[in-house]
Amino acid sequence: MNAVNQQHENAQAVTSMTMIQALRSAMDVMLERDDNVVVFGQDVGYFGGVFRCTEGLQKKYGTSRVFDAPISESGIIGAAVGMGAYGLRPVVEIQFADYVYPATDQLVSEAARIRYRSVNDFTVPMVVRMPCGGGIYGGQTHSQSPEAMFTQVCGLRTVMPSNPYDAKGLLIACIENDDPVIFLEPKRLYNGPFDGHHDRPVTPWSKHPASQVPEGYYSVPLDKAAIARPGNELTVLTYGTTVYVAQTAAEETGIDAEIIDLRSLWPLDLDTIVESVKKTGRCVIVHEATRTCGYGAELMSLVQEHCFHHLEAPIARVTGWDTPYPHAQEWDYFPGPARVGAAFKRAMEV
Amino acid sequence: MTDYAPLRLHVPEPTGRPGCKTDFSYLHLSPAGEVRKPAIDVEPAQTTDLAFSLVRVLDDQGNAVGPWAPELSHEQLLRGMRLMLKTRIFDARMLTAQRQKKMSFYMQCLGEEAIATAHTMALRDGDMTFPTYRQQGILITRDYPLKDMICQLLSNEQDPLKGRQLPIMYSSREKGFFSISGNLATQFIQAVGWGMASAIKGDTKISSAWIGDGATAESDFHTALTFAHVYRAPVILNVVNNQWAISTFQAIAGGEGTTFANRGVGCGIASLRVDGNDFLAVYAASQWAAERARRGHGPSLIEWVTYRAGPHSTSDDPSKYRPADDWTNFPLGDPIARLKQHLIGLGIWSDEQQEALQKELEAEVIAAQKQAERHGSLVDGHVFSAANLFDDVYKDLPEHLRRQRQELGV
Repeated sequence: MNAVNQQHENAQAVTSMTMIQALRSAMDVMLERDDNVVVFGQDVGYFGGVFRCTEGLQKKYGTSRVFDAPISESGIIGAAVGMGAYGLRPVVEIQFADYVYPATDQLVSEAARIRYRSVNDFTVPMVVRMPCGGGIYGGQTHSQSPEAMFTQVCGLRTVMPSNPYDAKGLLIACIENDDPVIFLEPKRLYNGPFDGHHDRPVTPWSKHPASQVPEGYYSVPLDKAAIARPGNELTVLTYGTTVYVAQTAAEETGIDAEIIDLRSLWPLDLDTIVESVKKTGRCVIVHEATRTCGYGAELMSLVQEHCFHHLEAPIARVTGWDTPYPHAQEWDYFPGPARVGAAFKRAMEV
Repeated sequence: MTDYAPLRLHVPEPTGRPGCKTDFSYLHLSPAGEVRKPAIDVEPAQTTDLAFSLVRVLDDQGNAVGPWAPELSHEQLLRGMRLMLKTRIFDARMLTAQRQKKMSFYMQCLGEEAIATAHTMALRDGDMTFPTYRQQGILITRDYPLKDMICQLLSNEQDPLKGRQLPIMYSSREKGFFSISGNLATQFIQAVGWGMASAIKGDTKISSAWIGDGATAESDFHTALTFAHVYRAPVILNVVNNQWAISTFQAIAGGEGTTFANRGVGCGIASLRVDGNDFLAVYAASQWAAERARRGHGPSLIEWVTYRAGPHSTSDDPSKYRPADDWTNFPLGDPIARLKQHLIGLGIWSDEQQEALQKELEAEVIAAQKQAERHGSLVDGHVFSAANLFDDVYKDLPEHLRRQRQELGV
């Protein structure tokens, strides 16, 4: 939990929330606070979203603030760009990150560029929420992690929370931010933390301290990483579900890893990364997304550029394989604690 | 043995190629004054006939006839002439400047001047337009300074877009002219979103979306129609059918045997097909659609039938794919000549006045060009400092861009 926001917590009632409830609470708070905030997407209105993230919002704020959209990703994003140009703050949902591709033109060519190409004449203060990630037997089109498609687009911000507290605080920060933001939500973490041990029952968020979420307004700063586990032997750069995988791998291997939950993928918190790697001299990068040209490659480059003389071992990556996300082979694909732990050990042996 | 002959792929072709004459009978023109004018709250399904006929006001003698003849004062009509002529003179002058290598690129709207100017005259201040690169008439109608347009074209030290955009990709929030993108059709759905926003806020402003015939094949054309219909957005969806998408005849965009206006009806949007070279028809149809949108009756789609008289751009040579004299055979003529005939018929205009106006506007454009050229150009290196190339990617300069700026040493 973030010390910066301690004052907010002290000032208001705190409730145990799942990630779903925390995200819904963030949208509720911002719909209440700012008349220009509108929420829409496929099944988002009356039904409250296929993941329940917008449940009750339409009833509370009316159909002109929270509404259902046609099944058209480029239509949803394109309309939101126009609304942003008018002066609204659209918070739109793409049902699965796997289905964002039809909107690529609107995101890359338009949302990301309009401020630049118009010299601030027009801006797009938009948030695009999209459930991402695997580990749920989602197969090829319900499991992808397309963050590298966005981190390489200049003008976009890409953010991914890993717990209810951050989910609400980061989403509020993103809605208030004047840049277009891709807000990736690991659906594997919607109902509880998950460390890759699919053979064990999943614990609900209520057993985890980060489920304690203030009911009202607070924010978690963008471009600021969190140290999920302090350590001295090895730096782990990760985000989303693999934060918990890395924590479990550290426990199981007994390696004193410093696990950094990046939270903001791009722009990112380089200082925290560099400080940690300079301290530990070793770095392992973990993400679910496929390896080649994945976001991990950029992290490797940055660490190599900024920490070269401090490195005592090659930087390692544990990622999804360079294959489409399979269904039956879920746990051979997903980078679980065994694979991550093995990488930790190799990094220490060099 | 089979009863079926081998299937063959149909690839549409224009009737006129270089050295031939185009058969324009495919246009299906209606005589001036013949097409009915429905109430602004017409049910979209009741506009099917309008989507297949052609709203025209000016007849061959230049008389304004039929139910669409708008009530325009002499002053407004003369203003229309001035705006169209100014647009054409501006284009001609900038074409020359490009040929003189003063600017890297230009696109004219020769032959299409009536559409953007008359349409914009029918809008109100505060209505937002989402133009393509061929609606410079909107900026001219809204009195955006010619000097600023030319500074943008020259990418010079006073370029409002600081040299970041290709020439002609103007942007002016103040004049209700949305930032032009090189990516086709994207603005069509954005205009719908803007209209939805106006409705969400209980505003009375409307938006005006623009697309060419070729770009209707892009997916955002369809998203725009669907969203406009679903949310009854206060938007005018303008399809400028100038028959050509660079070298591609409109039949290969899907115009063969149908109309672009008909796409609107199919999506439940009231649709009109209008003579785009008839200033009075453009004004009347735009006013009808604007009123329909502003009264909350929903979107309209208008197909403007016109002809791209000039090359697609300064990088294009149309003599390689269409007859050189095609425009002179286009049955809807020249919008400026047609309005001039009407004004002379009204007894408020003459050849001498036309000539005098031509000279006055030429002098105005030349003066603006001289003013703009004082601030340099891309060619002489008087462009915005490289330091600004890192600004406005995000609202605030992020750390990595600060470092990259330092790396460039600016």
